[in-house]
Amino acid sequence: MISLQVNGQQRSYDGDPSMPLLWYLRDELAMPGTKFGCGVGLCGACTVHVDGGAVRSCQTQMSEIQGHKITTIEGLDAEGNHPIQKAWRQAGVPQCGYCQAGQIMNAAALLDSNKNPSETQIAEAMAGNICRCGCYQRITAAIKAAATGA
Amino acid sequence: MTMTKMIPTPKFEPKFEIENVSRRRFIQGVTAVGGLVLAVRMLPSAAYAYETGAGHRAEMGTGSRTTLPLVVADEMEADWSRVRVVQAPGDEKKYGNQDTDGSRSTRHFIQPMRQCGAACRLMLATAAAKRWNVPVGEVEAMNHEVIHKASGKKLGYGELAADAAALPTPAIDKLTLKTEAAFRYIGKGTTPTVDVYNVTVGKATYGQDVIIPGMKFAVVARTPVLGGKLVSYDEAAAMKVAGVEKVIKIDGTPMPAKFAPLEGVAVVAKNTWAAMKGREALKPVWDDGPHKSYDSAAFRKEMSAAAAKSGTPVRSEGDADKALGTAAKVVTAEYYLPHLAHATMEPPAATANYANGKLEVWAPVQSPGGTRDDLAAKMKMKVEDVTVNVTLLGGGFGRKSKCDFAQEAAILSKAVGAPVKVVWTREDDIQHGFYHTVSVERIDAGMDAAGKVTAWRHRSVAPTILSTFAPGQTHEFPVELGMGLIDNPFDIPNMRMENPAAESHTRIGWYRSVSNIPHAFAIQSFVAEMAHAAGKDHREFLLTLIGKDRIVDPRKSVNVKDYWNYGDPWETYPIDTARLRRVVEIATKEAGWGRTMPAGHGLGLAVHRSFLSYIATVVEVAVDAKGNLTVPRVDTAIDAGYIANPDRVRSQMEGAAVFGMSLAKYGEISFKNGRVEQSNFHDYKMVRIDETPAVTHVHIVPADLSVPSSGVGEPAVPPFAPALCNAIFAATGKRIRNLPIADQLST
Repeated sequence: MISLQVNGQQRSYDGDPSMPLLWYLRDELAMPGTKFGCGVGLCGACTVHVDGGAVRSCQTQMSEIQGHKITTIEGLDAEGNHPIQKAWRQAGVPQCGYCQAGQIMNAAALLDSNKNPSETQIAEAMAGNICRCGCYQRITAAIKAAATGA
Repeated sequence: MTMTKMIPTPKFEPKFEIENVSRRRFIQGVTAVGGLVLAVRMLPSAAYAYETGAGHRAEMGTGSRTTLPLVVADEMEADWSRVRVVQAPGDEKKYGNQDTDGSRSTRHFIQPMRQCGAACRLMLATAAAKRWNVPVGEVEAMNHEVIHKASGKKLGYGELAADAAALPTPAIDKLTLKTEAAFRYIGKGTTPTVDVYNVTVGKATYGQDVIIPGMKFAVVARTPVLGGKLVSYDEAAAMKVAGVEKVIKIDGTPMPAKFAPLEGVAVVAKNTWAAMKGREALKPVWDDGPHKSYDSAAFRKEMSAAAAKSGTPVRSEGDADKALGTAAKVVTAEYYLPHLAHATMEPPAATANYANGKLEVWAPVQSPGGTRDDLAAKMKMKVEDVTVNVTLLGGGFGRKSKCDFAQEAAILSKAVGAPVKVVWTREDDIQHGFYHTVSVERIDAGMDAAGKVTAWRHRSVAPTILSTFAPGQTHEFPVELGMGLIDNPFDIPNMRMENPAAESHTRIGWYRSVSNIPHAFAIQSFVAEMAHAAGKDHREFLLTLIGKDRIVDPRKSVNVKDYWNYGDPWETYPIDTARLRRVVEIATKEAGWGRTMPAGHGLGLAVHRSFLSYIATVVEVAVDAKGNLTVPRVDTAIDAGYIANPDRVRSQMEGAAVFGMSLAKYGEISFKNGRVEQSNFHDYKMVRIDETPAVTHVHIVPADLSVPSSGVGEPAVPPFAPALCNAIFAATGKRIRNLPIADQLST
């Protein structure tokens, strides 16, 4: 039996320990906010926070998360008003929107570790997240706006 | 683009008839206004139902699910904050053309949506006037209420909706459209998209996200070679995997098979992970069939050989062959562009529930009406017994016009007697697509002693999309030819375009911008090559080729059959060189064309008309000593006529630069032994944030409502790659004739 917390709620799991956290969230908990993009840790669409740090949930097996605290896009902020979420809406970042949960989770973790990242630091931190629609220019702008409160 | 669109289409005529469908109880009232539902009936039997605003077009990132309802809301004087957009299911009899591609949502629907909104406004005003027993001319509908100024009476739209819904729909000539100055939303670009909140909180539902009680999860092992047949597989091994419930064979259909599923074997399980593990245990053995020798390197040689010889003429003026023979200087270049996969961030997925002789599907499809028809045919059902619910699309780019994944879900749900979600993995997506064609483009041009171009001969060799639909198709058809090849606007006395034959060995499909990508890459690269050969400035040389302001009409040339103007009337959207020239002038001026560049930097230019819009792009590139390239700046000028939502136009321009850079830098799907060699984002790469253009400046040519709106979602893609490669030449002297750039700049 694996115990974990998801968005503050205690959960237990006794299925296949090799199942990636991604599929546990999406299929077992019916929380599809965390997206499937590549399954091999190359696109970042599945990014969640494990104990506050950005992690690729498709590359995290259930056996690895015993006792850990998971935060997904659904739990990032109760009202959906994390500064990053607000900045995303203000800048009109999303086009199709599919990668944005992962982008937002990664950006939120970046701001937790670096309150005012430079453009270079943003690019380095966000390079693991692919946006096929090409919203990068607005992603950078939104992160800067969230950091500065602009 | 559906087959009906691809076959020479009846001309779009802006004749509309608005029908009050709420009186026919098509849809129950679910909006703030209650039950007033208007539909615009358009040729031949198209209706657009709006519940204040119902999105009948699929949303895949362009913003059409916001922009078109916004147009209705503005004209009906609704308060946008009280408008709810309801996505229409697939039903083209009721809602009209729902096939969301071809960059035509705004160009085809801005006018009907305005009329629909104006009709709502008039009906609400009429309802209020009746209630108050005053002439309708004395009341005014504004901002979600109707006001009688003389008495000071007011009624909200919600209070009037039921009365309004009972009224006959006014005739078009009784409608008064708002003036542009009175618009509150149209043309402003200040309204957030309807889904942006849900996207940012993880509550937006895409096809991959659909959850139906009791549903099963499936993945499918598909033939790696087109037309391959299953010989054997280890069902027992798959069934041993915990959570696997059933293994089901899916029969392929002999090619050409349109969107029919590929031959495969599905593993149905309690969750996606178990289905994936079960699939790994299947160890399928295939009989590869006739396409097992498809090899991209060998095929390229075949295409190149075809391009070296004369092919079917598709446009001729003067005598290009003769003029080439007498030219003072002849420039020749051959360009190669490989297959591309759409690689939508959301891999294809669909959920189906087949029960009691009815089929309900939830899927991210660009063409829900077409999907419904294809499902009915595949499942041998009546169309009325099939419901297709459209989810949000996590990217489309043409891939999700093809509903093979929805058909798989339907087959599996019927086989297991439960709802089934079919999940495509990224590997499935990259290896079983409907690929953008592969092409060789060869251009020979002659110049006189003064550097004036006297002859132009362009041979385009590329497998055709038609081969996915019909046997024996080896030539580009009017839709492909009309995408940049025969609509070449240059002022050259002797021109000849030819299309030698090419076989297809994989499913060829349309991909954002379609044949404009190879045609524009070749033409716009070649212009820069000619300018260099003539010792002239690229911009000046290009403007000379565009020539004096005029309308260019390829239909008047020899050998042009069934000229295709993106499905719209020539008279509304002719090829106007003044507009082409203007975007070149704007983009180059804004980019500072001619400015002194630091070492290793260069500016590159390209211009292209597609989807009836005119777009010029200037790319600034920096190439370091190791050949690494960065793009400090992009300037894109767009003339797309009247712009309904400037912010979403800007976002499309910004995104197209990234999309164009991905295909230029990395895009290649190659085949070996009939199989796709790439599989995921490690070998089919996308441009990431640390290599994206640092900034794309978008310059919109202002236009009022008198200039018809044209396409936005696709036309900025084609000019990007040639502009980038022209910039690379300016920076390094290295000419890129084969895409992708990959390691060609490495030193």
